[in-house]
Amino acid sequence: MMSAVVLQMTCVAGLLGLAVLAIAMSRTEIATSLIYSATLAVSAIALIGATRWLLGNPANATTLTLPIGLPWLGAHFRLDALSSFFLIVVNLGGAAASLFGLGYGHHESAPHRVLPFFPAFLAGMNLVVLADDAFSFLLCWEFMSLTSWALVMAHHREPGNARAGFVYLVMASFGTLALLLAFGLLAGPAGDYGFAAIRAASHTPYVAALVLILMLLGAGSKAGLVPLHVWLPLAHPAAPSHVSALMSGVMTKVAIYGFIRVVFDLLGPPIWPASVIVLFLGSITAVMGILYAMMETDLKRLLAYSTIENIGVIFVALGLALAFQANGQQLLAALAFTAALFHVFNHSLFKSLLFFGAGAVLTATGARDMDKLGGLIHRMPFTSFVVLVGCVAISALPPFNGFVSEWLIFQAMLQSPDLPQWALKIMVPAVGAMLALAAALVAACFVKAYGVTFLGRPRSLAAETAIEVDRFSLSAMFILATLCLLAGILPGLVIDALSPITIDILGGRMPIQANEAWLSIAPIAEGRSSYNGLLVMVFITVSASLAVYFIHRFASHALRRGPAWGCGFSDSVPAAQYSSASFAQPIRRVFGTLAFYARDHVDMPPPGDIRPARLRIELHDPIWERLYEPIAGAIGRSSERLNRLQFLTIRRYLSLVFATLVTLLLVLAIWS
Amino acid sequence: MSDIFVQGTQMLLVLLLAPLLTGFVRKVKARLVRRQGASVLQPYRDLLRLLRKEVVLADNASWLFRVTPYITFAAIWVAAALVPTFATGLLFNWTADLIAIVALLGSARFFLALAGMDVGTSFGGIGSSREVMIAALAEPAMLLIVFCMALVAGSTQLSTVANFLGSSYVGLRVSLGMALVALFMVALAENGRIPVDNPATHLELTMVHEAMVLEYSGRHLAMIEFGAFLKLLLYISLIACVFLPWKIALVGTGPLAYAVGAGVYVVKLTAAGFFLALFETATAKMRVFRYPQFLGAALMLGLLGTLLLFVSRSF
Repeated sequence: MMSAVVLQMTCVAGLLGLAVLAIAMSRTEIATSLIYSATLAVSAIALIGATRWLLGNPANATTLTLPIGLPWLGAHFRLDALSSFFLIVVNLGGAAASLFGLGYGHHESAPHRVLPFFPAFLAGMNLVVLADDAFSFLLCWEFMSLTSWALVMAHHREPGNARAGFVYLVMASFGTLALLLAFGLLAGPAGDYGFAAIRAASHTPYVAALVLILMLLGAGSKAGLVPLHVWLPLAHPAAPSHVSALMSGVMTKVAIYGFIRVVFDLLGPPIWPASVIVLFLGSITAVMGILYAMMETDLKRLLAYSTIENIGVIFVALGLALAFQANGQQLLAALAFTAALFHVFNHSLFKSLLFFGAGAVLTATGARDMDKLGGLIHRMPFTSFVVLVGCVAISALPPFNGFVSEWLIFQAMLQSPDLPQWALKIMVPAVGAMLALAAALVAACFVKAYGVTFLGRPRSLAAETAIEVDRFSLSAMFILATLCLLAGILPGLVIDALSPITIDILGGRMPIQANEAWLSIAPIAEGRSSYNGLLVMVFITVSASLAVYFIHRFASHALRRGPAWGCGFSDSVPAAQYSSASFAQPIRRVFGTLAFYARDHVDMPPPGDIRPARLRIELHDPIWERLYEPIAGAIGRSSERLNRLQFLTIRRYLSLVFATLVTLLLVLAIWS
Repeated sequence: MSDIFVQGTQMLLVLLLAPLLTGFVRKVKARLVRRQGASVLQPYRDLLRLLRKEVVLADNASWLFRVTPYITFAAIWVAAALVPTFATGLLFNWTADLIAIVALLGSARFFLALAGMDVGTSFGGIGSSREVMIAALAEPAMLLIVFCMALVAGSTQLSTVANFLGSSYVGLRVSLGMALVALFMVALAENGRIPVDNPATHLELTMVHEAMVLEYSGRHLAMIEFGAFLKLLLYISLIACVFLPWKIALVGTGPLAYAVGAGVYVVKLTAAGFFLALFETATAKMRVFRYPQFLGAALMLGLLGTLLLFVSRSF
């Protein structure tokens, strides 16, 4: 029986081997089926191994040292409760994406640009989670970034993708730079890069604060924390849809893993001001992310922006956990931390599902622009059903899983009056209101996404003639939809499974939920608050069935089909339906004028003029225009100035060298 | 045993009383403008009439359009069954706390908004998009009300809250008063009452809820109307059980207390219905883009109530 970490590393080796194999045979006919079924098998083995480990006895971590990497350090890998949970997230996403790829991959125009990088990307994410020293961590992190960058650039000739790849590369380098500095600070002057040594060392408050900020920059830019999110809505949609699902559903979670590993595990006991920063950034991210999504007309970009919102929600929960942990309230910290992990798991499920749905729509119609879709519920009945499940789950509506994690976060917030710091006491209700706003906007956003894409009348010929996708894609989506429901109606099992992690990281845990009657969950005590997803589900089913029974027993059965009523005016042109921009109009007017300086310009021709009336919507991205454009402009201007240095005469170069030498020598002289 | 009795009675009671409440509000509104008005039993007759009529379905209506009336009705009914009306000892009160009840109503709204988009007419779209905007404004305010309430009672479980506020000496608190006003404003918005939406209007661009359900007819419309009646009853029960838990039958009290509780509950409903009608008659409907100010005021009241509780536990 091989130890758990060896099993995981064997799976990683298998994935890397598959990547090499894919390079060799990527242009053959069977490559797509072979590679995706093999990654499915390997991910499934890794998933089962990690799940058994987490459910078994994860109290004692297992480690593995490989003689590669830095000569005096080697490469350390370790499997503990936290990493096993993230391995489950990674490999569940990987297995689902492979299954989806089995069908979807056959529509790929350039399989040789996707197949080698897909298993390598999965391997990279597995390795980040397993790494146990700073060097391996950064190396695997970069490997993950580069393979995903290659996947983003798979369709590099499509307009916009090259820019997406460039922005992604710049932001990824920036993030890695921040991580590098963070680990440098953590290792200290002694320079021991093993996580065990970092964990054992004590860090001064200055170092701790700096590391926190650097981690927010480094892991936050990978996760999509506002204002470092700019690459995410460009890069995630550019990749093939099952890769988009992995990037949005899983890679952002690996970034969150990095944040948790450093800030909660390696850095030692937190200080409360840290939580203020995290809560602030998290709530801003949640609201801004979903407002961006609301304004979007491209289905995949909408999903990418909604990922930003979910990252914000997770960071809010992590901020609460930091706040409680800093005040020694382990039980409540465990509640908030469990909520964060639960949301990590949930988001990986429904975001993968929704990206698969977007991929299915793309396969069937060739369109990502929602304003060219519509009416797909008639043409793609199965896809539209599972996507509906995904939309309900992500909108945090009971009895699905998204609600449970948001409910747990709100329960943790309701305990914030126990915190001694006034800043936190006053801040948390405001953050709660922001989160409630974000939750309501998510529901609005997904009513829009689903309503415009799947409901109504088809807005284009492609949407009118769409056909249902293949069975592999459908089965991947159905499995994820089922998991969304199961995690929603049996949340107690998930919470109990997460308890070894909170014991490991925080030293406390939530009450055992398996003891609660009827599988309900009670985060603190039943008298305070409890929720039972299973019974809610049963009640809704029973009362809906009762209603249906009575209606069919006593009411008229007559049904007649006719043209839509629409107050007597039926507009025959499908383009006259509510589009995504018109659906967003009330919210654009209420929130967008503030957040995006949104303006509607109506160009109405006078009577008698036959040119069409036009509505132009003016939107500004404040973060791009106020933050990134000035920075990019400053870099451009300074490099233009420096450019002159390249065209000097030899005499001037020599005098420049001489001046530099003298200056450096002077500095040295003054210094010593 | 008594818990099952209370739970079952309540589930039937809310179904029976909901149309009556709406009928009563309509009657009072009619009398206030010196009209005779329809009988208070008219909503029952309307429901029966709709049940007997045939359904006219738009050509391109999908299955989602046909199941939505049942889903929304079921979600609202489950939510209404979990808000204590005349007694707090509900068998299943631990199934969902106030946050979950609000989210259940959110589920109902989500499906109704989708159904509004299903047929692909402009009226459905305008109704749905405005409905979700109102929800986006109302939910933060609702959360702060929950916050305020949970701070006072130490729970979000409605039975516990009602037990606490009903039995022990809580007294008059400024922050609870603010939360009451805020909840009243949120309830007006959520139920589509004046000044946010006009339940009596038809075929106008100003309507929200009615526009969203414009394509429904027959038994489907009956379910949706019934859901709307139930939702109004739910919000009034919620206000009554949290802010006026007077004479609500507590756990372990005898049959007499239940009878008194039921009688007092009807009195509370009557008073609330009368007040609602009075308020609606005295107010004009707002422009759509004034809602943010209205619901923003509710949000600020909720926040102020919460902060006051921090400053002084006795407020």
